[in-house]
Amino acid sequence: MSGERTMTGPRLDLENGRIEMIHGNGGRASAKLVEEILLPAFDNEWLHPLGDQARFDLPGGRFAMTTDSYVISPLFFPGGDIGSLAVHGTVNDLAMGGAQPLYLTTGFILEEGFPLSDLVRIVRSMAMAAKNCGAALVAGDTKVVERGKGDGIYINTAGIGQIPDGLTLDPSGISPGDVLLISGTIGDHGAAVLAAREGFRLASTLRSDSAPLHSLVQTMMNSGPGLVCLRDPTRGGVASTLNEWARTSGLPIEIREEGIPVREEVRGVSELLGIDPLYLANEGKLLAVCRPEAADRILSAMKTHPLGYEAARIGMVGKDSSRIPVGGVLMKTLMGGTRMVDWLLGDPLPRIC
Amino acid sequence: MGGLRYIEEFRDPALGQSLLSSLKKDAKSLPRSPVRIMEFCGGHTHAFHRFGLLGLLPEEIRMVHGPGCPVCILPKGRIDAAIELAQRKEVILVTYGDVLRVPGSHGMTLMRGRSRGADIRIVISAMEALSLADDNPDREVVFFAIGFETTTPPTAAVLLEAKKRGLKNFSVFTNHVLTPPAMRGILSDSQVDGIIGPSHVSTVIGSRAYDFVAREFQVPLVVAGFEPLDILLSLRMLLAQIRQGKAEVENEYIRAVTPEGNPRSLELIDRVFEKTADFEWRGLGLLPQSALSIREEFSEFNAEKRFGFRIESVSDPGVCECGEILRGIKAPRDCRIFGTTCTPDTPVGACMVSAEGACAAAFHYGTGEAR
Ligand code: SF4
Repeated sequence: MSGERTMTGPRLDLENGRIEMIHGNGGRASAKLVEEILLPAFDNEWLHPLGDQARFDLPGGRFAMTTDSYVISPLFFPGGDIGSLAVHGTVNDLAMGGAQPLYLTTGFILEEGFPLSDLVRIVRSMAMAAKNCGAALVAGDTKVVERGKGDGIYINTAGIGQIPDGLTLDPSGISPGDVLLISGTIGDHGAAVLAAREGFRLASTLRSDSAPLHSLVQTMMNSGPGLVCLRDPTRGGVASTLNEWARTSGLPIEIREEGIPVREEVRGVSELLGIDPLYLANEGKLLAVCRPEAADRILSAMKTHPLGYEAARIGMVGKDSSRIPVGGVLMKTLMGGTRMVDWLLGDPLPRIC
Repeated sequence: MGGLRYIEEFRDPALGQSLLSSLKKDAKSLPRSPVRIMEFCGGHTHAFHRFGLLGLLPEEIRMVHGPGCPVCILPKGRIDAAIELAQRKEVILVTYGDVLRVPGSHGMTLMRGRSRGADIRIVISAMEALSLADDNPDREVVFFAIGFETTTPPTAAVLLEAKKRGLKNFSVFTNHVLTPPAMRGILSDSQVDGIIGPSHVSTVIGSRAYDFVAREFQVPLVVAGFEPLDILLSLRMLLAQIRQGKAEVENEYIRAVTPEGNPRSLELIDRVFEKTADFEWRGLGLLPQSALSIREEFSEFNAEKRFGFRIESVSDPGVCECGEILRGIKAPRDCRIFGTTCTPDTPVGACMVSAEGACAAAFHYGTGEAR
């Protein structure tokens, strides 16, 4: 952990400021909200690392715990729905700490007038997803708000999972020379949902990649040592995860545009909407940092798994920051130039997770 | 998607390399050095940064930014008027996303207005504004329209449709501006050796619209596409003209741009809009005949008339150098508060707002123009 957490730009105005949409963009403004309001109020050793999950020891071993809320629109999209997404998202947050999911809880905020048939469809999909992950949904809550005070349905899920003995996956271990791997093509979820929202008919092959990643993580861990940390690049996409790591480690991260797998359809939608796929959400992909000597082995292991067959090496952790501002991400472009890859610029994309 | 292979073709790294090395060679025999080339359009500014092209250019070429970023040139007074309008209970203000963060007076933005209760909706197309009017018959839907000639035809189409349907609760607050008068303003004021002409705007107005640049100012102009190879090729074409002492309008973007433009779009614009006497641009000041207003025939849909508000002229904050940057005189990093007080999340000036703004692009891609 690089002690001081300060984001570029002025601090939040705690007296007169208000929540703005930009605070939900998963970038600099979201980080400010967490670091200047939530962390000071709640700070403790488990929360402090601000990972996808908290990790702690209990009599029966080492456990991970996490929570996440889902406000996606549309509720049903090619490749999934808000229900399966709510399960996969939480399972993946656990999996990124190396944990196998055990128990989940859920809370529903339902808007007056929401069709019961849609609710049935959503909970069946949740149940199926949880079953496929080997996790039990053990507690839940429902609240109903007046018409106009919600957007049909919002779902929160929380989960607990067990971490194998002796395993530590933690971005504080990132070192110069470490290699960055991605488990497959980027931006599929974000592109599929945005296309569904805008009613694009051209991209019929576009599907969300929503999937549980715990078994891919298992495969990677089984291949041997050398894994440093994992993260699923959801809101804010690959760019945001890389920036978080660069910031946590205080080291520069260097990637090559050429090495980053992007489906043609995803690139097309990105161009149309003017959004770089690096910022599009993924719901079934992981980014991994591993030791250089382990990179080839872990990469081959990933490729044997159905969720990792398009895995690729995308870059490395740099040595010194002389060329790059501390905690920056630099990309060699296809044209051979270089540029920074910053946090998402400006407004959050429409609700896609 | 058929168009996709097309994108890849214009991003071919090998072709890019060979264009770059010819550019380097050409640059050695320039009559003066460095030459100042302006990319007029924010889309090109963004592309230069995004594809990492700035650092690859020979040092004899110095790129300067132009004012072709619709959000950047919105003057404060218009934002203030929009915020005031949006605060009326009956009004739903509808606009494009980036507009929400453009600073008005006293650090207010439409985004802040919205978090304080104003009903402001973001749309991707003008037609969506019309559906909002349909869906909310008891509210006044006002479309805050911005943009150069590219976004004007859709606004015109929406106004025609509103008239046809006899909508009673819909109006447009227009901020549509014109490219050629802005170019004229720039050229009368600052020295450039060549101009990369807009892509999308030119599909509407045609390359002939820039003839005056060559004729009256003796500055070469090449209309270019947004892809990296388009940009590199257009630079080669400009260097060739400069080396031969020529000043002509050329068109690199022949796959989309014709000399006369798109007659249907031009007709549509002319049917609904007429030129204003003058319009205040952020950074460029008052430019004659540089914007459009709604014709009398459609005045029932003219928000300015319907709500009778005034647009004040408000000066920019002392520190912000947007004006100089939009005129190609300064670079973002010349501004004292670039990246400290002024960031894309907390923009002080308008150039820090949209991805096409020079300050936002320099901050976001960090490639700067330090050379
Ligand atoms: S950095 Fe901000 S204040 Fe400075 S010129 Fe750019 S927009 Fe204006």
